[in-house]
Amino acid sequence: MSHEPATLEPGFKGVTADWSADKQAFPVPWGKAMMWIFLLSDTFIFSCFLTSYMNVRMSTTAPWPNTAEVFALTVGGHDIPLLLIAIMTMVLITSSGTMAMAVNFGYRRDRKRTAQLMFATAALGLCFVGMQAFEWTKLIVHEGVRPWGNPMGAAQFGSSFFMITGFHGMHVTGGVIYLSVVASRVLSGFYDRKGTYETVEIAGLYWHFVDLVWVFIFAFFYLW
Amino acid sequence: MAFVAIADRDHEHALHDPQSFIRKYIWSQDHKVIAVQYALVAISIGLVALTMSVLMRLQLGFPDTFHIIAPQDYYQYITMHGMIMVIYLLTALFLGGFGNYLIPLMLGARDMVFPYLNMLSFWFYLLAVLVLCAGFFVPGGPTGAGWTLYPPQAVLPGTPGASWGIICMLASLAIFIVAFTMGGLNYVTTVLQARCRGMTFMRMPLSVWGIFMASILGLLAFPALFVSAIMMALDSLVGTSFFMPAVSSMGERTVHTGGSPLLFQHLFWFFGHPEVYIVALPAFGIVSDLLSTHARRNIFGYRMMVWAILAIGCLSFVVWAHHMYVSGMNPYFGFFFATTTLIIAVPTAIKVYNWVLTLWRGDVHLTVPMLFAIGFIFTFINGGLTGLFLGNVTVDVPLSGTYFVVAHFHMVMGVSPILVVFGSIYHWYPKITGRMFDERLGKFHFWMTFLGAYAIFLPMHYMGILGVPRRYYGYTDAIQFIPPSVHEANEWISISAMIVAATQLVFLYNLIHSYFKGPVADPNPWRATTLEWQTPDTPPKHGNWGKDLPEVHRWAYDYSVPGAPEDFIPQNVPHSEKTPVGREHGVPT
Repeated sequence: MSHEPATLEPGFKGVTADWSADKQAFPVPWGKAMMWIFLLSDTFIFSCFLTSYMNVRMSTTAPWPNTAEVFALTVGGHDIPLLLIAIMTMVLITSSGTMAMAVNFGYRRDRKRTAQLMFATAALGLCFVGMQAFEWTKLIVHEGVRPWGNPMGAAQFGSSFFMITGFHGMHVTGGVIYLSVVASRVLSGFYDRKGTYETVEIAGLYWHFVDLVWVFIFAFFYLW
Repeated sequence: MAFVAIADRDHEHALHDPQSFIRKYIWSQDHKVIAVQYALVAISIGLVALTMSVLMRLQLGFPDTFHIIAPQDYYQYITMHGMIMVIYLLTALFLGGFGNYLIPLMLGARDMVFPYLNMLSFWFYLLAVLVLCAGFFVPGGPTGAGWTLYPPQAVLPGTPGASWGIICMLASLAIFIVAFTMGGLNYVTTVLQARCRGMTFMRMPLSVWGIFMASILGLLAFPALFVSAIMMALDSLVGTSFFMPAVSSMGERTVHTGGSPLLFQHLFWFFGHPEVYIVALPAFGIVSDLLSTHARRNIFGYRMMVWAILAIGCLSFVVWAHHMYVSGMNPYFGFFFATTTLIIAVPTAIKVYNWVLTLWRGDVHLTVPMLFAIGFIFTFINGGLTGLFLGNVTVDVPLSGTYFVVAHFHMVMGVSPILVVFGSIYHWYPKITGRMFDERLGKFHFWMTFLGAYAIFLPMHYMGILGVPRRYYGYTDAIQFIPPSVHEANEWISISAMIVAATQLVFLYNLIHSYFKGPVADPNPWRATTLEWQTPDTPPKHGNWGKDLPEVHRWAYDYSVPGAPEDFIPQNVPHSEKTPVGREHGVPT
């Protein structure tokens, strides 16, 4: 949006005029535009990972392990399928909630609340990575799953599992560091001096994306 | 919260203007310096690839003569030559080099939107090149799997560099993609968000359109290569079986089982085909500007040219499997991909017609950049026509493994883009260095390179139709269907190739000598309309525009406007009686 308010015709003509205007295509900060484009590119990375996983699942001749059994936890003598994954998913989705609230408080320039909620988001993210570490340990140490093979069936199960969850876990870990840095800057008043809290929202975009990717990994790898 | 565009801000952010040599020329955040850094590294590694092509030609033209070239060396040369030329030279030079230099200058911006990220992009690129070169020094040498790196042979013993070389290659590619992503995000965001006043999308020079679309393609296509590089590295290092089926190698069963080699081919070409257009679209855009400027005539069908770039960009994602007709796909797949391949020829043909129509009745100045631009039209039509042969399944199947393919892709994505690279280096040399190059040496360079390219690649079409297989180290007498004329053609090609390679030294001499001794150049020697020629300083200083950002009043192609005092009106000249409105197409004013 420019200083001189543009009067756009309603309908398709207005849309074209808006798109073909000068200076900038979207009335958003550069960082936000760039984050959206980056996330689009990252979407292609995860799509390639998931498509490849589906492809090797078809190409392998060995039977695919039953994920409900592999990812079960024994609680009080009962095997509860996907229990840990359900908790992990809950934690990550909750962290998206706290992040959205942090962005909201950022708009209101509420320095303390924004920082608190961002630290809470980072803590939930850390919790997720911790549970993932527990899950990996359980699979590697107790059940003998390796990237190159496992006792339950197709070798590609372990390969895809460690590669995809590992890559996603690295995204979460990176996000935790990113959120912590931004949260400390919020707390120190850096963005008050800068005059804008846009970085909080940009970090939020990234965090929501990482959560969204997890939903797809959950659906395609654990539930299928 | 509305966001105020940079062109509308009362106070721009204070420009960091470093003075020390290191901050100015080494750890530089100035897009112009980064562009030159990119270009110098790309040209240097390109010379390595050029040397390897000469070595290959020595073997092919004069077999059993040069005993230093062993069969495994030959395959390593083929692999490294292809990969370097496509990715580390052309992609890096067009996007990292020309993209960096031209986008902010042509759009009236002071720099890329994130200069620090831009600087990181270059250093990661340099790291990728170093890791690639490390392949030459590891045990077993660089990989010899062919530039497509098809598994299973890429990681099986027997292929040169199957243990260390392939890892260097994959690591280098992954680093390159990180570098490109940092740069590409900058290019796309700058084009979208940091244009000056009056610079609408439909007033952008076609160079920017080409580079913009190519950057988008890169951001969406490189992920596939990134993922396949990771998976192949895991297959090779950890022993996973993403791409590796159960095979026995050297009489022993490998650890692999159940992987899909075809998956790699799909991922590779999902990257590989857009990659062709990552190289071609900037060339399309730049050549349009060269032709228009040096023919003193507005580009024919500007809007059509823009839509053709967008259409080619979108279609390039649905043609990839035409590289895989002989891979064992379902024939219906082949039918689909042949159809899309022929469809993509339509916008491409539109562009070719428009280039030719731009020249028609133009005031053609046969300057050095113009010669290269016209040369590009020839080689591109040539390569495009052979593309029609290879795009159809039934014709491709017998030709696929022959020199016809070598001739085709060298013509269409080797020679054609490199002619544009040469043309644009000559075109912008006065702006980048502030000096003029030697015109006679430039013309000599053009004629030797252009005619040499035909001397090299025209006979290869003939060899291909005879069925001479490609990627062979030599052709023994046991291959009886190969007539003696092929051996003679090979000698001819090799001698031509060495002459063309030597000619490039003239080009380098011209660049280096003119930088120090050339006459001081006029700020706008070609009398061009685009913004980069209207900077207050030549070469442009840090921040490009002095105190005030430029303001654009017209499109980039107001050449030979009737009633104007000169045969060009720069984009930042307002409409007046003396400088009337040109033939600007479809821009709301």
